[in-house]
Amino acid sequence: MTNSIEAVALGKRYRRRWALQDCTVAIPAGRVVGLVGANGAGKTTLMHLIVGLLRPSAGAVTVLGGRPGEGPDQLARVGFLAQDAPLYGTLNVGDHLRLGRHLNPGWDEAAASSRIDGLGFDLRQRAGQLSGGQRAQLALTLAVAKRPELLLLDEPVAGLDPLARREFLQSLMESVAEHHLTVVLSSHLLGDVERVCDYLIVLAAGRVQLAGDVNELLATHRVLTGPRRDPRSLPGDIEVIEEAHTERQSTLIVRTETPIVDPAWTVTELGLEDLVLAYLGQSAAAARPPTSPLNANEGPT
Amino acid sequence: MIQFRIDGRSGVAPYLQLVQQVRHALRLGLLHEGDQLPTVKEVVAQVAINPNTVLKAYRELEYEGLATGRRGVGTFVTKSLVDTSFAAQGPLRHDLERWLAKARRMGLDEDSIRALFEDTFQVLMTEDVA
Repeated sequence: MTNSIEAVALGKRYRRRWALQDCTVAIPAGRVVGLVGANGAGKTTLMHLIVGLLRPSAGAVTVLGGRPGEGPDQLARVGFLAQDAPLYGTLNVGDHLRLGRHLNPGWDEAAASSRIDGLGFDLRQRAGQLSGGQRAQLALTLAVAKRPELLLLDEPVAGLDPLARREFLQSLMESVAEHHLTVVLSSHLLGDVERVCDYLIVLAAGRVQLAGDVNELLATHRVLTGPRRDPRSLPGDIEVIEEAHTERQSTLIVRTETPIVDPAWTVTELGLEDLVLAYLGQSAAAARPPTSPLNANEGPT
Repeated sequence: MIQFRIDGRSGVAPYLQLVQQVRHALRLGLLHEGDQLPTVKEVVAQVAINPNTVLKAYRELEYEGLATGRRGVGTFVTKSLVDTSFAAQGPLRHDLERWLAKARRMGLDEDSIRALFEDTFQVLMTEDVA
């Protein structure tokens, strides 16, 4: 399988601060990638580097075999929906479609019209008068009708009500099924990510904390609960991502390729949300001064 | 045509929810041999999940011999579950009712019965996987 995006030691520095550092990921074609992390973690920076709106300060990124933003061919193959569905408020829906038609060599008029009809848009309505959900849907229509091979969406559902969010994701998934797009979308809504994404990248403080196929990640992470013990006594192939201890009990989130056989542990699976939070917590803990492992989660001392 | 729904909070993997809903519809006689399942595009447009999740569910149904995919046409039900399962369920239901009556006689309340069942079920299922 070919990769849509290959980043090697990719970095972006603004003056002294690295917004993204040492980012090495390979994203297979045809995936829906969830990009998650706190605000300022580097999600938008990574997207802008992939689209070609930013130049790397370090490393390199190859997108669909080419350099981001280089030449009209490369631009036509990559779609980008920036945050807050940017549209021209004083132009109407029909104007937006005309713009799309004239600006994009691969414009799919049939796809655009059928989506606009399906959504019940009035072509004469100004974009500024549309609801948040309608604006997002119009922006998605334009991005999809461009017929890109790779579509990036920066927090596409932030600020939408639950119904509009669901409708947007339905539309997006329909487009993925129909056109076999590769999609990268950033979101804080882990429930949505779990539903629609099959590949996950967790960013924290400008670094990739975790990247991989969602099913593989879920299959290799477990929650262990048992009598209190020092996680350093675990076999070497078990990596502890998060640990919490009470006087008698230890709860660990671990990454392991082999099944846990020690009968002292109760082993349970964990969902995507807990997985992401464990990695975000780990990076936050690494940023704090070190404490002894057994006291790490017992609160401030 | 079957209408899928996905419960994000159930803890059951979405692909498995689809598989279970097809099995359920087969058992209830809502789906019959020869019926076409919704296309991947139709399912994702309905429930907003990843298309690969639907493909995985349909592959699982094929593996179980309940459906078959015809390239470029769609996925079709190849087996009905109505008769066999209802016949098999009768005695099982009877056993379960007796067990429940016994649990009540021993003073277990509703929550305790549920907890006992779920715990035993979990343990057994994990053993099957390992």
